[in-house]
Amino acid sequence: MSDDTVNPFEGLTPTPGVAKPEPILVADSVQRRFGGLVAVDVDHIEVQRNSITALIGPNGAGKTTFFNLLTNFDTANSGTWAFNGRPMQKVRPHQAARLGMVRTFQLTKSLSRLTVIENMRLGATGQKGENLLTAPFRFLWRDQEAEITSRAEALLERFKLDHMRDEFAGSLSGGQRKLLEMARALMVEPEMVMLDEPMAGVNPALKQSLLDHVKGLKAEGRTVLFVEHDMDMVHEISDWVVVMAEGRIIAEGPPEFIGGNQEVIDAYLGAHQNTDIGAIQ
Amino acid sequence: MSQTISNALFGAIGISAIAYCLAAIGLNVHFGYTGLLNFGQAGFALVGGYAVAMPISNWGWSLWATIPVVIVSSAVFALLLGIPTLRLRSDYLAIVTIAAAEILRLLVSTPKWVNVTGSTDGINSFTNDIQNTIPGFLDEGFSLWKVQVSPYIAWVMVLGWLLVGLFSVLVWSLMRSPWGRVLRSIREDEDAARSLGKNVFAYKMTSLVLGGVIGAFGGAILVIGQRSAAPTSFQTQFTFLTYAIVVLGGIGRVKGPIIGAMIFWFIISFSDSLLADWTDGSGFNLPSWIMDSSNFSFFRWIIVGGGLALLVIFRPQGIFGDRKEQSFDVR
Ligand SMILES: Nc1ncnc2c1ncn2[C@@H]1O[C@H](COP(=O)(O)OP(=O)(O)OP(=O)(O)O)[C@@H](O)[C@H]1O
Ligand SMILES: [Mg+2]
Repeated sequence: MSDDTVNPFEGLTPTPGVAKPEPILVADSVQRRFGGLVAVDVDHIEVQRNSITALIGPNGAGKTTFFNLLTNFDTANSGTWAFNGRPMQKVRPHQAARLGMVRTFQLTKSLSRLTVIENMRLGATGQKGENLLTAPFRFLWRDQEAEITSRAEALLERFKLDHMRDEFAGSLSGGQRKLLEMARALMVEPEMVMLDEPMAGVNPALKQSLLDHVKGLKAEGRTVLFVEHDMDMVHEISDWVVVMAEGRIIAEGPPEFIGGNQEVIDAYLGAHQNTDIGAIQ
Repeated sequence: MSQTISNALFGAIGISAIAYCLAAIGLNVHFGYTGLLNFGQAGFALVGGYAVAMPISNWGWSLWATIPVVIVSSAVFALLLGIPTLRLRSDYLAIVTIAAAEILRLLVSTPKWVNVTGSTDGINSFTNDIQNTIPGFLDEGFSLWKVQVSPYIAWVMVLGWLLVGLFSVLVWSLMRSPWGRVLRSIREDEDAARSLGKNVFAYKMTSLVLGGVIGAFGGAILVIGQRSAAPTSFQTQFTFLTYAIVVLGGIGRVKGPIIGAMIFWFIISFSDSLLADWTDGSGFNLPSWIMDSSNFSFFRWIIVGGGLALLVIFRPQGIFGDRKEQSFDVR
């Protein structure tokens, strides 16, 4: 839970689709079908600004697909959604990122034949040197590049990747790639960060430091929406939890509420008998 | 033997080497840096070649006046290819470019526009004006060991190598910049680049245009050097030899196309010259049941093909590539 004195979630009814005091993201009737399968069917959801919201649910619930729709990496069959009040359903993926909505991928997308530091630098926005006309003239972008590099180095240190600075990203381990992708997304300095299973494959010692970092993002005024199966993480850092099952949002509420919710338990047990729900209860 | 080596050395820096080198610099921008599968570099070269020959021969333009035509027409060709395909999966670009290059070649071959394109004979009467642009210091041409180079060819070689230098410096300065970094990120994973706010479509289009224009200058040099713009110069093998040169020199290296083209044309000229010497009926001769003067050029391609296969197996990174970099999965 948050340490803030004023809790924006105070007094909210924990029901699916409940209105938030200051939503940064609002989605309505979003549907995505794959043939006969309705992968996502969300009636209404609001994500509170400057909070940490967890999106949980059994495998195949539609969490990743919903992320893809919101960031326009996939096209919805129907529905509308708005980020900061701006309709987003017609926006292209790179524009969504520029508007302040940056996501990571469940299956990491490290740029193998770029070095770790180059991966990081790529994330910075508004680079003068990314314009064809200024690119050939190094003196026009050298200072900015130096500033970007020092910001990248600070993040790499935070993510315990500084010793890999000049290695090709393709030589990183699975967990290191996850870390690199998250660090790279932060280089964009987005208003809202969407993380798809950021802790999968990350070692427990580092996990704690990353959790602190995610909390730090909130302290900086950013909004975090993350998908995670690790219930310890969900409990420790999220202010609000949204539960998806079979494409729909079946429950939302503060983390304490979700553990005791019968529908949630049913969804997990019904969909996957052998899922470890000890952590939920 | 010294004649053979001399011929081979000239081949390494001659007109064909320059033309293919330029085409390879362009293709390296497409394929080596951006990961675009352009199988129609012959089409870009054709556009460049005819953009020089047609205005000079049909409308009496000067050589220099055709430079903007080369740039604009190849850029338009790139836009036409890119707009429908660059949003799709990369294989679509491959299909469309190979088809478009063939269509262009067939268009200039049809008898219908013989007055403008020269049909299958091509355009062969446009070099008088270029002859007049030869600067004084090349009046005698020059000799390269045992090869005497005519003033005209010497002049085209000077222009060609200037272009190679110019474009290599341009590519080098672009690829070390953040702009080049975006291209390389697109080569690795388009969606990752998108998720970081890069307009992937615009970058791919710019890359296609840039590499296409450079390739078009390759075609222009070829046409000027051969004193002929003919469809046979721009068959699909033009594209595949250009790929071979890019791979040979090292994919995604600035000097790759230069080294690749020089080595490639050295080998071609060397085997050509050697096999000609061994089948000419004087001195040492190969037994005629192996080969004779009528079929040795087939053997040349067999040697080159075998050599390339060995290279790919034992040095997949090319001569100057970084083995470590190439060892990672592209996916
Ligand atoms: N491209 C696709 N084509 C067809 N079906 C798909 C596609 N992508 C996802 N699906 C289906 O949509 C459903 C939701 O998948 P999604 O990846 O969103 O689940 P998830 O909640 O992220 O699961 P996990 O926790 O395992 O990552 C699944 O049933 C999946 O099979
Ligand atoms: Mg998923």
